[in-house]
Amino acid sequence: MVGRSRDVAACAPINGARVGFVVRRKIAYMGPKRSFQFMAPSDAASKIPVTVLTGYLGAGKTTLLNRILSEPHGKKFAVIVNEFGEIGIDNELVVNADEEVFEMNNGCVCCTVRGDLVRIIDGLMRRRGKFDGIIVETTGLADPAPVAQTFFMDEQVGAKTKLDAVVTVADAKWLKDRLKDAPEAKNQIAFADVILVNKTDLVGPEELSELEARIRGLNPYARLHRTERAKIDIDEVLGRNAFDLDRILTIEPDFLQGESHDHDHHHDHGAHQHHHGNGLKHYHDEDMQSVALRTDKALNPDKFFPWIQDLVAKDGPNILRCKGILSFKDDPERFVFQGVHMILDGDHQRPWKEGETRDSRIVFIGRDLPEDKIRQGFESCIA
Amino acid sequence: MSDTQIPLPSLADRAHKLNAGGAVVGVHFLGSTPVFVLGEEALLFAGEAERRLAIHSGAVLASAADGERIVTGGDDGKLIETGASGEHRVIASDDDKRWIDQVVLGPDGALAWSAGKIARVRTRKGKLRVFEAPSTVAGLAFAPKGFRLAVAHYNGATLWFPNATGAQPERFEWKGSHLGVTISPDGRFLITCMQEPMLHGWRIADGKHMRMSGYSTRVRSLGWTAGGEFLATSGSEQLILWPFDGKDGPMGRQPKILARAEARVVVVACHPRHPVVAAGYADGSVKLVRIDDDALILVRQSDGQPVTALGWDGAGQILGFGTETGEAGILAL
Repeated sequence: MVGRSRDVAACAPINGARVGFVVRRKIAYMGPKRSFQFMAPSDAASKIPVTVLTGYLGAGKTTLLNRILSEPHGKKFAVIVNEFGEIGIDNELVVNADEEVFEMNNGCVCCTVRGDLVRIIDGLMRRRGKFDGIIVETTGLADPAPVAQTFFMDEQVGAKTKLDAVVTVADAKWLKDRLKDAPEAKNQIAFADVILVNKTDLVGPEELSELEARIRGLNPYARLHRTERAKIDIDEVLGRNAFDLDRILTIEPDFLQGESHDHDHHHDHGAHQHHHGNGLKHYHDEDMQSVALRTDKALNPDKFFPWIQDLVAKDGPNILRCKGILSFKDDPERFVFQGVHMILDGDHQRPWKEGETRDSRIVFIGRDLPEDKIRQGFESCIA
Repeated sequence: MSDTQIPLPSLADRAHKLNAGGAVVGVHFLGSTPVFVLGEEALLFAGEAERRLAIHSGAVLASAADGERIVTGGDDGKLIETGASGEHRVIASDDDKRWIDQVVLGPDGALAWSAGKIARVRTRKGKLRVFEAPSTVAGLAFAPKGFRLAVAHYNGATLWFPNATGAQPERFEWKGSHLGVTISPDGRFLITCMQEPMLHGWRIADGKHMRMSGYSTRVRSLGWTAGGEFLATSGSEQLILWPFDGKDGPMGRQPKILARAEARVVVVACHPRHPVVAAGYADGSVKLVRIDDDALILVRQSDGQPVTALGWDGAGQILGFGTETGEAGILAL
């Protein structure tokens, strides 16, 4: 990146022709690093974390927001909301947003960005030091992708802030219906890093585990919490580093990750057929699913990068999120990447540890994913 | 490529340095007094005695000046006019405390500002005109002649005659987000900065498009050189100057590429009289660039703190500059 200056092309008179396809942040593989030293991005710590709160209308986003703001954590937040003044938010820095989404002029239909966020974050950074984090509350009908993509597509925003996590609040009683009739609700679940199944007091235990199974069918990787009136330990919502390449530790469905969180499955034992070992029924959503890939054979980077870039270029509109940990042939370091639609971001993370299983894992969450094609393509990348 | 190993002639030691106490987002001159606009709340008058004047209760988002007054817009929803002696008054105040995002001053004393989608113009005589853009206004510019305002927004820009009641504003369309706007001093070209690292332009007479691309990042700073011969731009590891002297402006022509460096140019300020541009870089350096022969003079040493503001006094005798961390300087030539 440093030192290579690019010449500016001649000014081209054009007649409505589209400009060539450009993705600003491509993942690039520069070969194995010679050094074993792991370098964390030097400025990651100084960037302001941004948490995105989504959830369908009435799920409890504002309740969660007010809870975050009123907890005695000693932190200050700048809050970006929509219906300014209509809902009581007791916070010094509240900014009204218009949710203006536009397509980047790069020929990519899914490269949408929240223009208002670019402007607001620019303005907020003039008051840097007055707050520790930014919380963006979207409308109930919003697609989280443009919000997330703003942090990758706008250099200034990406230089000053970092996307921490997408937190989705779901209504335990009504989500099941919304998953049938509201594509927005499904998007918000599939896109999430953290899901709060809220208002659990309004449903019975069976209905609740049924709903959780449906959520798992859409997104097995998010952290899932049961809440009443959005009551949750704030550390489960903030400071998640879900988009931080350094924090991609494992790629396992959340319900296999053991005892580290608070929801219990015990009431559900024996209640249904088709149980997995953990007591959850397994659902497949008709149009939204996840595809998990794994191999313990080393990958060939010269095959892998063209494949993944071609895949997201073609199927990017349907891929909501992807994430991977990769083991390349003759490379002593783990390579990690993540993506939102067509935007990929990746880097070497750290050396493989002694005794660590050197396998490669990728997960895609998306709509109508061509699973067989993806699997075959991945297999062909084996060195 | 200029060899950065050979030290440039430097005036850096002659610059008067001061600590602004916060990010500097603009430099203007009231008469010959440099005034630094800070990112939060205040103006810093850097005359014989330094004087800090808190005028906004929050971030200062935009500023403009005409030598006699500075007008600032803030996230407190206020538009404030400040004169040379520090007297200031609220010109407008948004009921819903919406941010005043853009402020520009016109050639005949008119003032324009915007909050969200709404652009307003106040004439010298105090008449108020309102225009609602199709989306948030991201840039405003008065035409050099005629009472005409350019408004940048999503999918293009609009030329609006505030005094021509009933006349349909003229829309110039190009897909994408346009984040800044300027009109060439001869009034023939409309240019916008885009979210993508490029400029878009239209010949106003026939709407013919032009695209100025190749930048390594978004163009955030623009300026016309004395006489309007070139449009100087930030956004690359060089100072990029697009030629606007010919009939077709820069169409089909190469820009002048000057002052190559390792760091990106982030702010430009054209000398008001001579073919010289002050360029501020992301590494903190400030250079004077002579357009004719690419001769460079260092005004501020690089120190890793991005330059965020540059400005000349009306006579082109004094250059003011400021950084993201609040280090400001004044160089009298």
